[in-house]
Amino acid sequence: MLTIQNLHAGIEGKKILNGINLDIKAGEVHAIMGPNGSGKSTLASVLAGRKDYEVLEGSVEFLGKDLLDLSPEHRAAMGLFLAFQYPIEIPGLNTINFIKTAVNEVRKYRGEIPMDAVTFLKRMKEKMALVNMEQTLLSRSLNEGFSGGEKKRNEIFQMAMLEPRLAILDETDSGLDIDAIRIVSNGVNKLRNKDNAVLVVTHYQRLLDYIVPDYVHVLYNGRIVKSGPKELALELEERGYDFIKNENTVEAV
Amino acid sequence: MNTIAYFKERFDQFQPSEDPGGLDKLREHAFQAFSNMGIPGSKHEEWKYTRIAGLFNKEFQLPADPLTGSITSEDLNGLRLPGHEMANELVFVNGFYSFTLSRIRSGNLRVLALDEAANGDFQELVIRWLGDSSQYQKDGINALNTAFVRGAVFIYAGKAKLIEHPIYIYHITDARSVNILSQPRSLMYLNEQAQAQVVENYSTLGSNESFTNQVMEIIVENEARLEYYKIQNDGSNTNQVSTTHIRQIGKSFIQAVTISLNGGLVRNNLNVILDARNCEAHLYGLYFQSGHSHIDNHTIVDNIKPNCMSNELYKGILNNHATGVFNGKIFVRQLAQKTNAYQSNKNILLSDTCSVNTKPQLEIFADDVKCTHGCTVGRLNEEGLFYLQSRGISEKIARNLLLSAYAADILDQVKPAALRGYIEIQINERLEKDLS
Repeated sequence: MLTIQNLHAGIEGKKILNGINLDIKAGEVHAIMGPNGSGKSTLASVLAGRKDYEVLEGSVEFLGKDLLDLSPEHRAAMGLFLAFQYPIEIPGLNTINFIKTAVNEVRKYRGEIPMDAVTFLKRMKEKMALVNMEQTLLSRSLNEGFSGGEKKRNEIFQMAMLEPRLAILDETDSGLDIDAIRIVSNGVNKLRNKDNAVLVVTHYQRLLDYIVPDYVHVLYNGRIVKSGPKELALELEERGYDFIKNENTVEAV
Repeated sequence: MNTIAYFKERFDQFQPSEDPGGLDKLREHAFQAFSNMGIPGSKHEEWKYTRIAGLFNKEFQLPADPLTGSITSEDLNGLRLPGHEMANELVFVNGFYSFTLSRIRSGNLRVLALDEAANGDFQELVIRWLGDSSQYQKDGINALNTAFVRGAVFIYAGKAKLIEHPIYIYHITDARSVNILSQPRSLMYLNEQAQAQVVENYSTLGSNESFTNQVMEIIVENEARLEYYKIQNDGSNTNQVSTTHIRQIGKSFIQAVTISLNGGLVRNNLNVILDARNCEAHLYGLYFQSGHSHIDNHTIVDNIKPNCMSNELYKGILNNHATGVFNGKIFVRQLAQKTNAYQSNKNILLSDTCSVNTKPQLEIFADDVKCTHGCTVGRLNEEGLFYLQSRGISEKIARNLLLSAYAADILDQVKPAALRGYIEIQINERLEKDLS
């Protein structure tokens, strides 16, 4: 589904990713872990198409297409979804209108007619239940004055409405207490199936107790330095990132 | 070219009138002031960024008569604002009030020719308050309007009268054959506990240039409530200096919303004089200008008495070569302790060739007051844009959504639903057109 080859990228002349290779197949859950500044969020941003980032080398193929050539909205329409680490507050933009516009823009891209109001409402109710989202929240401005947990639940709610093929969760657990993590993870798990995939980007192992990965990759200095089964996450939790850093320093020498 | 000599000649043509109400004296005095000051140039501190003197290098005709015959009811139909079926409609043509085109629906609303009011029961009020704005607009353009007070109206809401239908005021300039200078003038008095909604709108017929130099003065009594809306969406061949002067002489509530969507050159003066204890005033503005248009909002909030509250928020979107000015003055006089005054001006610039000059000006002579002000000039929120795009929304629609969202808190202040709907449609059309 997603194939990243030798990806080098940076921002404002500063190189951050130094040759990432990653292959994600339908039905899989991958976790990318790493210390602060290792390039986790950069990878998520580059995949979603954030303007400020510059790709210097390498390729990314998504569902058989060259992803790096496409605008962010085109990527989203193809089925790529980024759950933001810091969802943006937009005062004055009604949340329901926003979601309706997004759903119908994606449908338009796929050559489908806009969703009728009844189906839309029904779908919305269903997906709200998935993340315990209250109706009152949706009639407010997008993320304005939402608590940290409400913002993250709103991200997963949007994900549910858009039914992506690949969801990238960028530090979705940051700032959440254990109950909120449980709700958010539960939502993600219910959306999993054999046709879609999830890429979890996280600093801590705790989210992976709830969204259990098939593969764990450790990112350090802009490269994946270690990959392994889910137990790797536990090892990281136990030993900290220092052992990765030390191993790599030794290698470098 | 319109020289002072031209205006003198026109002024003399009006004399003498048989008008014992004292308006002649006011006009004479104003003409003298105009002769001394002339049309304000860019050396005048208040006119530094808005240059109107050059406009008068062209020849404008100042009509002597109402010329209402030239405007048919069909013309008027094309200019009416939504919601007019339920509104009082006051129609000015080339600066002269037209009794035939106007329609008063509310039984407790009184609309009289100003001369009649000045010679009848309302003489005292008219003599006392007409020209009150000249204390704040000390320039030749304000004096020019007063010098030619003709075809003006007096609008009166009596004690405890609730004017249930909004008052739509249309300023129509007929520039189908020549350039026209029109100078509408009105004085409104809201007596104790009266309530009214006023909507002013401007349109020019024809492709010649128009210059509308308008003054409206409104006196608000104890426990009265005024909602005032100014909607400007005229063509690029139109210019205007539009002064709205509101004096609250009793504990009262006012809100003024100024929506400026188009026009060649637009200068708005909004004065709110808090001349009684415990007054409340809200000033909102939204301007969205493209092409080569120029929008200038000069506001004054004058706190004369203690315990008043004012809140001011102006938001702008500028595109292409448009230029904007915001100048917000807040005076807090020595007696006006416990004043609460807030002011904010925000601007989004969509092109590299548009610009805005924004200037808050606070003059505080009391020591126990709360005043805050702030202004911002920036671009469209790139983070927000990416967020929307990452959900599959095209860049163009995302920009439109963000700009509509930005304007929303001002539009929320437009209470008459028909009017709000109309403005929303105008803004959406503009977004479609401008940002494609």
